[in-house]
Amino acid sequence: MKPEDLLFAETHEWVHVVDQDGSKIATVGISAFAIEQLTDLVYMELPAVGTILATGQELGEVESVKAVSPLYSPVGGEVIDVNTALPDHLETLGESPYEAGWIAKIRITDESGLSKLMDYAAYQQQCAAES
Amino acid sequence: MSNTHAAPLLFELSKPGRRSSQLPRCDVPQIALDQLLPAEALADVPPPLPELAEPDIVRHFTNLSTMNMSVDTHFYPLGSCTMKYNPKRNERLASLPGWLDIHPYQPDPTIQGLLRLLYDLQADLAEISGLPEVTLQPAAGAHGELTALMVAAEYFRDLGQQRGKVLTPDTAHGTNPASARMAGFETLTVRSTATGCVDMDDLRSKLDDQTAVFMITNPNTLGLFDSQVQEIADLVHHQGGLIYLDGANMNAILGITRPGDFGADMMHFNPHKTFSGPHGGGGPGAGPICVTAELGPYLPVPIVKKQTEDTGADIFSLDYDRPKSIGRVRSFFGNVGVLIRAYCYIRTHGASGLLAVSQNAILNANYLLGRIKHFLAVPHGDRCMHEFVASAEALKHDKGLKQPAMDIAKRLIDLGFHPPTVYFPLTVHDALMIEPTETESKETLDAFAEALFHVTGESAEMLREAPHTTVISRPNEVLAARHPTLKWSPDA
Amino acid sequence: MPYFLNNQEDQQAMLAAIGATSIDDLLESIPDSMRLKRPLDMRPPMSELELTQHMEQLAQRNAQGTKHRCFLGGGSYDHFIPSVVDAIATRAEFYTSYTPYQPEVSQGNLQAMFEYQTLICQLTGMDVSNASLYDGGSATIEAVLLSMSVTRRHRKVITTTSLHPEYRQVIQTYLANLDAELVTIPTAGGRLEPSALSAELDDQVACVLIQHPNFFGNLEPVDGIAEQVHQAGALLVSVFDPISLGILRRPGDLGVDVAVAEGQSLGNPMQFGGPYLGIMACRERFVRRLPGRIAGQTVDRRGRRCWVLTLQTREQHIRRDKATSNICTNQGLFALRAAIYLSWMGPHGLQETATLCTQKAHYAAQRITERDRYNLKFAAPMFKEFVIQDKQGQVEQALKKAHAGGCLAGIALGRWYPELKDCFLVAVTEKRTLEEIDQLADCLPD
Repeated sequence: MKPEDLLFAETHEWVHVVDQDGSKIATVGISAFAIEQLTDLVYMELPAVGTILATGQELGEVESVKAVSPLYSPVGGEVIDVNTALPDHLETLGESPYEAGWIAKIRITDESGLSKLMDYAAYQQQCAAES
Repeated sequence: MSNTHAAPLLFELSKPGRRSSQLPRCDVPQIALDQLLPAEALADVPPPLPELAEPDIVRHFTNLSTMNMSVDTHFYPLGSCTMKYNPKRNERLASLPGWLDIHPYQPDPTIQGLLRLLYDLQADLAEISGLPEVTLQPAAGAHGELTALMVAAEYFRDLGQQRGKVLTPDTAHGTNPASARMAGFETLTVRSTATGCVDMDDLRSKLDDQTAVFMITNPNTLGLFDSQVQEIADLVHHQGGLIYLDGANMNAILGITRPGDFGADMMHFNPHKTFSGPHGGGGPGAGPICVTAELGPYLPVPIVKKQTEDTGADIFSLDYDRPKSIGRVRSFFGNVGVLIRAYCYIRTHGASGLLAVSQNAILNANYLLGRIKHFLAVPHGDRCMHEFVASAEALKHDKGLKQPAMDIAKRLIDLGFHPPTVYFPLTVHDALMIEPTETESKETLDAFAEALFHVTGESAEMLREAPHTTVISRPNEVLAARHPTLKWSPDA
Repeated sequence: MPYFLNNQEDQQAMLAAIGATSIDDLLESIPDSMRLKRPLDMRPPMSELELTQHMEQLAQRNAQGTKHRCFLGGGSYDHFIPSVVDAIATRAEFYTSYTPYQPEVSQGNLQAMFEYQTLICQLTGMDVSNASLYDGGSATIEAVLLSMSVTRRHRKVITTTSLHPEYRQVIQTYLANLDAELVTIPTAGGRLEPSALSAELDDQVACVLIQHPNFFGNLEPVDGIAEQVHQAGALLVSVFDPISLGILRRPGDLGVDVAVAEGQSLGNPMQFGGPYLGIMACRERFVRRLPGRIAGQTVDRRGRRCWVLTLQTREQHIRRDKATSNICTNQGLFALRAAIYLSWMGPHGLQETATLCTQKAHYAAQRITERDRYNLKFAAPMFKEFVIQDKQGQVEQALKKAHAGGCLAGIALGRWYPELKDCFLVAVTEKRTLEEIDQLADCLPD
């Protein structure tokens, strides 16, 4: 996936939504910018499959040596799949943030959060302001 | 002399058949263990501890000790930690058998000497803080904070008030919000102004009748006395809330001003800082708290109380009969060994001495600030209390260093100084938090300032590669956190 | 003052350099209205000689071990402390240093912490240990908080009345603010009845806390408890006696998830209750929820083995209001003392110490109960401590008489257990001789 095809949250998560069997599935990850800012990731925690998340609820977290960043779910719904290979291969997050570095797939029940997300151009502006 | 090549682990020194301990023969009639205890409770073999002879142990740990910097060997200006000289008399006097060999459940009549000491210490802390009710129970500063917040929670419950919020300034120690959370409160952060004090507008916007406590460190972690503190206290009190003073920086104000007199309702002391208890490589400390008379009934049990008999004799006892008490925050009375050292320190100084402690701490810090500000930015002004925060941010651009404060800290080690606290508080970029304490001479401060000046003029490479003279340099923290190895194992 | 170095001339020079005329000039930020306008009301300063005389006089007003035989326990014990412990731990480089924030100048403390963690894992059979907490009581509540965080069950915790009553009080004090309930199962027989546990276990329970040997000195029926607790999805927390592990099966071998203890017995004086040592060890998978400092092994940039504080993201200075514990120090000096003690003891010394305690406790129980007035309250097996029932119900009087006869004979239990108001708790360590135990039995009144 190209970042231009994704939506971004202010808190640096990205989302890609597809229709599948009549329901909307969101794939969630973290942006290349956020990974770079965190530097040297050492650990991450994934949600359990089956977890029901509200929009904005904590989905998991990533840790560097001296910082913890919570990941917030941009949509509400049920976690139906997680990228279990990630915690043992944290380098994937940096190498392929928008493909192999996906974190979780969520079957959307509340998509109100989507309207608050930015496109890539707007997100890049936010990053420029933060760095 | 340091023997830096002798650092195998205890377990690598172990050899079957070696031992240090020799136990007396059993002088009571012996019965086979499996007749005394059920077989399923007994282990087949004892735990696999290392087997060492006494000389192994002594040489091992003695060599380890020489790899530490300490107050007795080095200037240790670790900001916020008050690394002052630890008087030897306190160590000797706290180690008398009359203190060490007493059991926590001995009857009160058998511990009158200790209870008198603890009672007098309660009174001294009440006088220094201006807050009359004292508990000596908490085991550390953070533990004192938590205890005070639990006292506040109980107080509001008793009043029938639902208050769920605790406000902390953005310069606060990380323990403040963590303690508030554990006492069941939500925390809100109040911003600081450019001058490093509480942003009153931001405070007003966040303060309401849901606010239980405003936690303030004064002098704050930037080493500044926030002169708005009385106004803050008035605002908070007007909303029915309480003021908690984090006493981490009491070394600056002994006998000069008292928290109880500028509006605090609760505070903790760090006797291991202010009253010279040694830090012991990270503990033990203690965290006694002082509160207003109104909050006194909620303090943990027991408290030492005194009754004067008709004969004029004082009888001391432990008071457990405090129905409104929150209960307990730890087992037994408290960190008595640390409290005895604090008592010795206070008795050595008296009122005039304690005042002189703070005056000299302030003088030393201001003098050092005056010498350093010419070559390192001190963003919060020309004056400070007992410590100040410099910023190494300029070296980022000047020398292309990514972590200039860390690099300076590491290079100071080569020059024989323990580094200041770095990267705290979070509100100052590339912070170097420097607290010289009163037990250092002008000569030491001059030497430190010169070393720091020298370091800031060195090449980026020299700094990035520092320290150059230590047994190890720049451990790989990422590796340690990514693949934690937290114990030795035989097959590793 | 003995600890100041700058004379008046220095002070004047320093003030001049700052551009101030007096120290008072430096205090401008403290409004006059807040200043204390009088000296603190305290007793006058003392010279070292005066202070020494004063402290010796106060200390002499305490009845300590040299004057009385101590048979008190209940979480603080009169075990022997070998000379090496003080000889090493009083080295200034250990006791006047602080938390190893700068690993290059703290390898001594860091390596000692790592060795302590390893020794605790060897002692307990657990996977990982932190670098220590405040004391047994605070370690116990931290185990409860860890269990809640791991199981995500925040409402219910189970223990028994045979858990130290002060530890229970600590748990209650903390839980009162967290909207959680502590269920306490009665132990009329001096230990847990496993069937009583099944009645309370449900899918809301975060953990079950047992103490083994328990507050009464009795061994709990630990076999099978872990299975029962795990089936309910809860964690098993065990409060252990470090000395007992010289002969008893280790928590790690009993299926315990979090093992905590009061570490005072490991080379630390009783000193009226503190400072002590909170031991906490757990299974590997909970390590990122383990509170307190932890030392880890790594290499430096030249590949040399070394040690650092690690997993710091668990700690309050990073997590702030998201932290699950607010503890930011360890008891470094007392962890060091425990490490020295355990290396001095070794496997066989610890085994012999534990055996001596058990033999002597059983002998003491037998001698006391030879007297008509006294019974053993519980029939359960015991390690080094036991409950004596006074058939006359005059516990205060009995203990007073024994004290007059030179023995601190036991702890009256009525203050915590109204149903045991005719009972007291007796502890016997390896230090008590045959003669002293006989003296104890003889000085209790008829």
